Amino acid sequence: MLIIDCPYCGKRPEIEFSYGGQAHLARPQQPAQLDDQAWAEFLYMRTNIKGVYAERWRHARGCGRFFNALRDTTTDHFLAFYKTGEPRPTLPAQHERTT
Amino acid sequence: MADATTRSLPSAAATQWLMSMPPAARFVLHGDAAARAAAAPVWGTAFAEQACRAEIGNGRAALWLGPDEYLLLSADIESEAALAASLEQALGDLPHALVNISHRQFALEIRGPHAATILSGACPLDLDLAEFPIGMCTRTALAKADIVLWRTAAEVFHLEVWRSFSGYVTGLLNEIALEFHRV
Repeated sequence: MLIIDCPYCGKRPEIEFSYGGQAHLARPQQPAQLDDQAWAEFLYMRTNIKGVYAERWRHARGCGRFFNALRDTTTDHFLAFYKTGEPRPTLPAQHERTT
Repeated sequence: MADATTRSLPSAAATQWLMSMPPAARFVLHGDAAARAAAAPVWGTAFAEQACRAEIGNGRAALWLGPDEYLLLSADIESEAALAASLEQALGDLPHALVNISHRQFALEIRGPHAATILSGACPLDLDLAEFPIGMCTRTALAKADIVLWRTAAEVFHLEVWRSFSGYVTGLLNEIALEFHRV
């Protein structure tokens, strides 16, 4: 089981959380003005990188809040947790693999 | 099949370690610091700024559930409507949401030297006194049920359970407790 460090409540077991997908996606301001290709890109296309991934989590069975986490998808280790709206933190160089 | 009487009144058979609490008035208050400051004098307890902490006083309690979400408990069910009205009056036009959930859930109390161990049979939190001190409260999981867990004394836990989960939660706790008690 993963231990997830909720920015509000502290360290809690994984089963209290639900996964929210890739973080830092901005919904287009005027969806009606997009063509189908651009709308599909927003709805469905995710980076799915091997390396450090910024993703959303929700403390569904706790404080109920969404927050963001950086997780290395190759090791499943969490590297940082931060509140929604805060910028993505920079990590020591050895973690910044994005390929 | 359970008849109407047993379905409408969730309760646990009273034992030395597990008992269902009498009915209580319950509210959930969503609001920022200004709304909480307005509600605090009417409610009679402070609203904890620290995460996962409860404040108590005069038979009432305010439990931190989220950064702007509090569970308000009052032992006085009779004044449920009057309490809601006075809180609404104090909150006025401040942005807030006050919801009466008195009848959505019921409360259990688990006490005794095995209380934390019994809960650990279904709850994944570390319930050691150093990690989960007196006065700490949180929404969490008890097996497949969502509960609010609140440590009111070293060996006493208060559980808020949604009423439709009453049979599941009390049955599960009794089964776990077989290891320690003759139930």
